[in-house]
Order: sequence, then C-alpha cells, then structure tokens
Amino acid sequence: MSDSLEVSPLDTEHQVLKARMVPFAGFRMPIHYPTGIQAEHRAVREGVGIFDVSHMGEFQIEGRDALALVRKVAVNDAGRLALGQAQYSALCAEDGTVIDDLLVYRLADDGFLLVVNASNRKEDLDWIRSHSRKMDVKIQDRSAATALVALQGPRAQEILAPLTTVDLDEVGYYRFASGRVMGVESLVARTGYTGEDGFEIYHPADRASDVWRGILEQGRREGVVPAGLGARDTLRLEVGYPLYGNDLGREYTALESGLGWIVKFDGERGDFVGREALAREKEEGPKRRLTGIRLEERGFPRSGYPLVVDGEEVGTVTSGTLSPTLEQGIAMGYLPTEMAAPGTRVHVRIRNRDVPAVVERPPFYKDGSIRR
Amino acid sequence: MSDIPSGLRYTEEHEYLKSTDEEGVFLVGVTDYAQGELGDVVFLELPAAGDSFEKGAVFGTIEAVKAVSDLYAPVSGEVVEVNSALDDDPALVNSDPYGEGWMLRVRISDPSEMEDLLDSEGYTNLIGED
Repeated sequence: MSDSLEVSPLDTEHQVLKARMVPFAGFRMPIHYPTGIQAEHRAVREGVGIFDVSHMGEFQIEGRDALALVRKVAVNDAGRLALGQAQYSALCAEDGTVIDDLLVYRLADDGFLLVVNASNRKEDLDWIRSHSRKMDVKIQDRSAATALVALQGPRAQEILAPLTTVDLDEVGYYRFASGRVMGVESLVARTGYTGEDGFEIYHPADRASDVWRGILEQGRREGVVPAGLGARDTLRLEVGYPLYGNDLGREYTALESGLGWIVKFDGERGDFVGREALAREKEEGPKRRLTGIRLEERGFPRSGYPLVVDGEEVGTVTSGTLSPTLEQGIAMGYLPTEMAAPGTRVHVRIRNRDVPAVVERPPFYKDGSIRR
Repeated sequence: MSDIPSGLRYTEEHEYLKSTDEEGVFLVGVTDYAQGELGDVVFLELPAAGDSFEKGAVFGTIEAVKAVSDLYAPVSGEVVEVNSALDDDPALVNSDPYGEGWMLRVRISDPSEMEDLLDSEGYTNLIGED
C-alpha cells in the first residue's frame, strides 16, 4: 500500500479488528471487516453498525460575514438554518456543475461547520477561500484534528443514549447538540448516509479510540458491529443517495444530478456561485437526469456499464450493486430527460448481455428507520 | 493467512484443480486467497454440463459485492457437472472454497497440461503471503 496515504485516527483499531484496508480518497480506510459487506449491511438495517468516516473534511467558518460566505458558495440557503440545525447542500461552479456536496451545520449566528468529501477537501478549501476576499471571516480546516464516527441503524439511539450526556430525544432529524460521548466532548448529529435512524459523532481525533472502543465494547452485547465503506456504499445506494465521484461531479450540473431541491433561488439570500447558469437551466429543463434503475432479471450493475434503449447506448450507470436487502440489481445513472421518467424501460449492458430494467424514483428500499 | 492445501494444483489466476475418486475427473474452484480478496460472492455465471473449454479460456464470471472477475480454465476439458448448490448459496465459495464451494467437475482432455500448474508451494510463493 502506498506510503502517501493518510490514515484515520482509528487506523490501529481497524488493524486490531482485522479489517480489509483499501485506499479511498487518499486515505487508508476499512472496506469491510471479517464479517463481510453483506453481514455488515444487514446489521445496519436490522440493528446497528458503527462506521469510521474520519476521512471526511471539516471546515469551520466564523465571523461577521460567515453566513454571507456560506450563502455565496453553497446552493442551499444557510440563512434558513436555526442554531443546532444542519442542511444538505452543494458547492457549484459558475456553470452549475457540482464541485462537491456537503453538510452545513449552524454552530452559531455567525459560525458554521461544513463537512465535505475527503477527495475534494483541498479544492473546496481553496474555492471557498477564493470567494472570501474582503469578507470578515475566519476559515479553518479542522479535518486532521476531527474524528467522525457514524452510528447507524434502528437501534442506534437505544445504544448511544446510555453512553452520552446529550438528550437524544431532543435531537431531531438533521439537528445536532454538543455533549460528551464516552466522556469525550462531541457534536452529536442525527444525520447519516444509510436510510436508517442514527447519529454522526464529531470529536477530537486524539480521543477517537476512546469513543470507538467505548461504543463497540459497551454495545457489542447489544449487537453493534463495525461496518466498512463497502456496506456504507450498498446502504446509501438502496436509498438512492448520490456519491460524489460516481453520481456527482464536474461533468454534471446540480439540476441534472437531481439536486434541484437544495438549490434555493428565492428569499433574501442574494447571489450565489452558479446561480445564473442554474436559473437558466431550470427554465429550459435539464437535458439529462440522474435516475434510479432497478433490474428485472439477475445481474450486477456496476459503474460505467452502458444504459441501452432500442439497442442504442443512451446513458451510463454511475453506481450499482446487487441490493443485499432486495436481492435485486439496483443502479443510478444518467439518462436523457425524455427517458428518465419512472416506469421507462431500459436495458443495462452487462458484459454484452442486455438486462431488462426499469427507471424508478429512489429510494429503492423504503422501510428504513430514518426519522424525518 | 490463506489456506493452501497440498495435493491440489493451482493457476496464477487463483483457480484450483482437485482430484476426485474418478480417474481423469477433477473439481475446479477458486482458492481461499481469491475468495478473501473478492469478499462476499453474490453470484456466479458458470457453463453447463457438456460444455467444453480450452486451457486458459474464460469459463465463467464470479460476482462479488466489490468487483466482478473472470474465471479461467486451468486445463482443457469437458464439464461433467456444475455445482447447483451455488445457485442458492454462492457464499459457499467464501465459507468452504475447496469443499462445498467447488464450481465444476471437469473431465480433462490432456493430462500433460497438469504439469503447467503450480503446486501448493509454488502458489504460496505467487501470492506472497508469509
């Protein structure tokens, strides 16, 4: 494995658990533990799993113009956030294509935490800084100092409650609170990437082992299992959450990627990067759309496989898997808008075999415990 | 640390050939190392009984959650039987690669091709585990 990879503060814990480590977004991260992706996936759907996602990037933005800066660079309107509330958002370029997707947490009237994809961290930071000229803001990259674990599954609250000082009943969906977890000062948010109820716990990297071990040791009797990035991917695909680098990227605009619901043009938010291009595209309608696709026969769709209509390649799969819960091939991919309506029949070309499939609006899996 | 039984023959593509009670008939599957690298196997595409193939030909594919891989014929021969248990439970390839996870029973057509295959020591060196 390459020396140049960064490591999670939980790297040693993964070795102890005999995780299979892979390079991911410049980090050495666990793709699965000896239990395997499918068992980890089921544990999260039925009980609870714990993920190390410390590779994610965290920026803290503070100062008189913090809100103005976030409103300028991110398409959602951070001005609509109450203290203790989070929102899904995206950084777009002037042409409306997606630089990154992210979570924005409102820490204070003039303080935000932005959580970005590891692979984009440096570009995001440069991008945000380049738009902060003449603004009264302090932008800090807290990524290396911050550990992040996600506790996900229908039993997540039951497991976490005795291990934290945070009153979890008071933390609603996309809300967060500060308190101790295993004695470590943390930010506990009811957010996630699995379609299940659960929490993301931000804490200092130098205390990461205390939090990870504590939850695993206290929770093991209750069935908490460590889960890797492999299960994280199959879980997010079953609920149709896009992944940057697969389903989102500079090749696609936010509207093509189905992120129109987070692009806020109205109100007092003012101008934002990409506004003109996205407003024009909204008027005209995007030419292609990120859609869900469900296979009707056995097959394992994977990123890069062609989408075929009447024998002609009309699009490409950007993510796919054999859904562990549904035991069916599911995928996301881009199709021309006129072919992207739910119910449209397409084929996925899997190594020269055209497997029949149908366009479907995700989530593919609808019975998650997520509390909206 | 992977299980590499002595007495079996191995390919550089991580298939094995295991003798049976019947002269000239062998079981074909993938090694413990291969299943470990692949992770959870979710299904296989295998030939039918009666099909034949040449040594080195792609005889099927193995789909794991992480990736798909081709399967290569260790020797030339004819498929006598396909392990139908893998249709219902492809994870047998993970749990028991040399036993219940076998894929094909093959009648080999040229026993001299066996000499090109690796023994357990050669295969151990190939995968570089210690």
